[in-house]
Amino acid sequence: MSVLRVSVRRGDVWQAFEVPRHESQTVLDVVTHIQRHLDPTLAYRYACRVGMCGSCAMTVNGAPRWTCRTHVDKVAKEGRLEISPLRNLPVIRDLVADMREFFDKWARAKGQFKGERKRSDDCARVSPDSEKRIFADASIECIGCAVCYSACDVVAWNPEYLGPAALNRAWTLLNDERDTQQAARLRAVAGDAGCLSCHTHMSCTDRCPKALSPTAGIAGLKRATLKAALRGDL
Amino acid sequence: MRSQTFLWIAQRASAAVLALCVLVHLAVIVYAVRGGLSGDEILSRTRGNAAWFAFYSLFVLAVTVHAPIGLRAVLGEWLAWRGRSRDVALLAFAMLLAWMGMRAVLVVFA
Repeated sequence: MSVLRVSVRRGDVWQAFEVPRHESQTVLDVVTHIQRHLDPTLAYRYACRVGMCGSCAMTVNGAPRWTCRTHVDKVAKEGRLEISPLRNLPVIRDLVADMREFFDKWARAKGQFKGERKRSDDCARVSPDSEKRIFADASIECIGCAVCYSACDVVAWNPEYLGPAALNRAWTLLNDERDTQQAARLRAVAGDAGCLSCHTHMSCTDRCPKALSPTAGIAGLKRATLKAALRGDL
Repeated sequence: MRSQTFLWIAQRASAAVLALCVLVHLAVIVYAVRGGLSGDEILSRTRGNAAWFAFYSLFVLAVTVHAPIGLRAVLGEWLAWRGRSRDVALLAFAMLLAWMGMRAVLVVFA
């Protein structure tokens, strides 16, 4: 049986492990093997194991990835893996990043839906063919894994920057015809901490495991911000 | 937010102006040196020309708007210099650009 040489970031040091190689092995399988068989003190986070929950993202060989659906075949170079926590987030321990700031920024970007209909009202009718619905469809599948946030250089340079995921969420809701706080949302995402600071590097789009394009959403927010500013609505 | 958004709009708008100005400027340079014109010959044609004076004044204005706003992002992201002191320094930089640019325009076209 071949062996995988794995370096795991633990605080300030890298710890080396040798993990048995298996067919169809994922990076999360590797980390789980280390914790269950080699060092039970290793801290990491996961939940669903099937790419839905967004909790297992880590930096693998230098790039942020969802580890549960990243096959070792795809990323191991010469049988080596380097695994560290996500960039741009504080580390709680070992591979566990503190996600509070990441989700606080969703809230700051007015990432909450607020409608006006009551339970007794009829359903809102949104045409699947409408431009807004198509835009919302393109961005709505975000699982909040923070891979894009970790990949974003602007987040690294400007800690106040809301980041691709929060802005993608704002764009999704901006295209929700039922939502009632669009003006406040645009105000929240305009400015130095918001969409206007995006450099269009497209690292978020390149790395998003769900193949979304936060860059396109941010461009949409820029257009909406421009229109609102010219109308005097900002 | 509003002032930051208008800075962003001003930078985009000035970039569009600059794109045109730079192309015209390059064409003028190539045209002016093509026949081996001397400095005096160039100045004799440019001085008193209101259209070129207006064009190069617009060029200077676009640079004055565009460069400090871009530098503002660079200073914030690379040196973590934010806040009022940065904006005051950049305003001074903008005035320096305007002064240097208009000084040249006045000498060549006035």
